[in-house]
Amino acid sequence: MELTGADIVVRCLKDEGVEYLFGYPGGAVLHIYDALYKQEDVKHILVRHEQGATHAADGYARATGRPGVVLVTSGPGATNAVTGIATAYMDSIPMVILTGQVPTALIGNDAFQEVDNVGITRPCVKHNFLVKDVKDLAETIKKAFYIATSGRPGPVLVDIPKDVTANKAEYHYPETVSIRSYNPVNKGHPGQIKKAVDLMLSAQRPMLYTGGGVVLGNAADALTEMTRLLGYPITNTLMGLGGYPATDKQFLGMLGMHGTYEANMAMHHCDVLIAIGARFDDRVTGNIAKFCPTAEIIHVDIDPASISKNVKVDVPIVGAVGSVLADMIRLIKAGERKPDQDALAAWWRQIQEWRGMDCLKFDRASEIIKPQYVLEKLYEVTRGEAFVTSDVGQHQMWAAQYYKFDKPRRWINSGGLGTMGFGLPAAMGVQFAHPDATVACVTGEGSIQMCIQELSTCLQYQLPIKVINLNNRYLGMVRQWQEFFYQGRYAMSYMDSLPDFVKLAEAYGHVGMLINKPADVEGALKEAMALKDRLVFMDFITDQNENVYPMIPHGAGLNEMILV
Amino acid sequence: MRHIISILMENEAGALSRVAGLFSARGYNIQSLTVAPTEDPSLSRMTLVTAGSEEVIEQITKQLNKLVDVVKLVDLTEGPHIEREMLLVKVQTDGEARTELKRLADIFRGRIIDVTTTTYVIELTGTGDKLDAFIEALGGNMILEVVRSGVSGIARGEKSLHL
Ligand SMILES: Cc1ncc(C[n+]2csc(CCOP(=O)(O)OP(=O)(O)O)c2C)c(N)n1
Repeated sequence: MELTGADIVVRCLKDEGVEYLFGYPGGAVLHIYDALYKQEDVKHILVRHEQGATHAADGYARATGRPGVVLVTSGPGATNAVTGIATAYMDSIPMVILTGQVPTALIGNDAFQEVDNVGITRPCVKHNFLVKDVKDLAETIKKAFYIATSGRPGPVLVDIPKDVTANKAEYHYPETVSIRSYNPVNKGHPGQIKKAVDLMLSAQRPMLYTGGGVVLGNAADALTEMTRLLGYPITNTLMGLGGYPATDKQFLGMLGMHGTYEANMAMHHCDVLIAIGARFDDRVTGNIAKFCPTAEIIHVDIDPASISKNVKVDVPIVGAVGSVLADMIRLIKAGERKPDQDALAAWWRQIQEWRGMDCLKFDRASEIIKPQYVLEKLYEVTRGEAFVTSDVGQHQMWAAQYYKFDKPRRWINSGGLGTMGFGLPAAMGVQFAHPDATVACVTGEGSIQMCIQELSTCLQYQLPIKVINLNNRYLGMVRQWQEFFYQGRYAMSYMDSLPDFVKLAEAYGHVGMLINKPADVEGALKEAMALKDRLVFMDFITDQNENVYPMIPHGAGLNEMILV
Repeated sequence: MRHIISILMENEAGALSRVAGLFSARGYNIQSLTVAPTEDPSLSRMTLVTAGSEEVIEQITKQLNKLVDVVKLVDLTEGPHIEREMLLVKVQTDGEARTELKRLADIFRGRIIDVTTTTYVIELTGTGDKLDAFIEALGGNMILEVVRSGVSGIARGEKSLHL
């Protein structure tokens, strides 16, 4: 039977098993909205801004591993989505974005609400398509899902002109597609893996450094097994948190610009560095010239272009992290050779000494609420079981430092692009994916205002998110840099004329709470968590002058931290 | 170092801009770029001349390979290869100078393919260096117009870039 393009779009989503579609209507996609209206399989979530749709789909994808799906109209609908697409791209999040486009006959004519979606998004998608013929629609959508979810994942955009959604074609959704120019590798090279294992086992001062690839590749269990088998210290990147249980004794905390003293020192002094699904980002390496001066480096990554991009490595392995880890574990178990226990014991003694610095200490007797204290209490009250999304700034770093993630896909933040406004809509996506879970959005009074309109979406769909607003009346991270590097000239980092967040939350139909004494923090959190079916906006008035420590200043090596 | 990268890619709308966009976004340099369909109309062949350190060239080839439309590529400069570029040059010439110019074109194995009383158009094929040398020999003041095709290249011997 022939279907219209609009019906084909919806059937494809259904056949792809898409549960939720995050979107916002407009002229160019009205046929698709009409098709959505006539069915109940794919649930459309109406956001309040297209950026919110992309972040919500992104949060859903991060929490589940399944692709997030977005539908927006042409022109401003698509441009509003770009920030969210770029956010997903930088963190390799699988996402399919369907954008409306003006009718094919008008393309290039500066038609109403026309913008070159394929051109605008090209640098921030894994791939994109313009569908000019309804006969190609189903196969293109299949390709989009395939590309988005395979290899190194990422967002894929399909631009659909309005006439294509009106025209008819026979519907056939292919089970699989193959693309001759796209063949992601899965298995790592056995010779390289053998070489890596030999090097790992010869280490005197080994260090595991793992990133978002472990989470994306569903390889946390394999990583945990190998790390325990070896008894080596391990650190996670901001994107990799939860890839290894944070409460485990082998875990040294996060590394990098705001990493722990012990993680950064162990990086600096190790002799064999085992990098897995991490990409040597500048926020992790500090000054490249000073990075891991004594280490031989093994690097496992699914993307060959990530290998030796920033740091030249000695043993590169291209492959899916899970598959390579499984091969490594097999070799380690089968081999005679074991880690050098004496060397390892000495190395752990050194690490214990670094740990003794207690680099995350803060003033617990403070009369003003310390942001770190709120996060510590959030961890306790939620027993480490919450899904935590965050925005961008100091609060994000504190959340990463003080909330101990034992499981993957629980920590959801914009690491690569650092997009303020991500936290609340991302939390919506997470809450849709896990309706019964506690979802906390850790934010600041700056970030939350970038997508605050989504509080309205939260009411519409009864999403009981807990917003933890660490309100320091400053664009805190900006203020910190100005304090450290601009002699305290606080240019535009002060947030004047803040709204009354309690009233604002109430105006949106939610519960607002103002907390300004340390003694009230725990009780308030408990009270909020007990409100299982309500969104609670908790406005914590925190210390304005608190800084994130440790910190590696620009140009410094990992061993040159500013400590509290 | 200068590298010649040959790319087989899907003959799709926008494929060229993906390559061009990659180079501008990542700050790689393009010295020349040629592209045309192959004997298989679904494929285009692109020849790209770039320069950079070993690390940069490695990144360029990896990033190109990552583009979904790129089917295969080879760095021709890694092995023996032939490179050719075509030049069309229009020169102002009359009287005595015409025979002199004809002789110069012959020496470079160029051909005069258009003649008026005051101009010649000369066609010349060769490596970039040879074309440079010819332009140099012509001297600036007679040249009205120069068009160069950009480099195309192919590996010597049995090695070939195909599906
Ligand atoms: C969209 C966007 N604009 C600007 C920035 C730069 N930026 C990074 S952190 C920050 C301050 C964030 O302030 P707030 O949300 O209040 O968090 P705090 O640092 O105070 O915890 C700014 C402006 C950004 N990351 N994203």
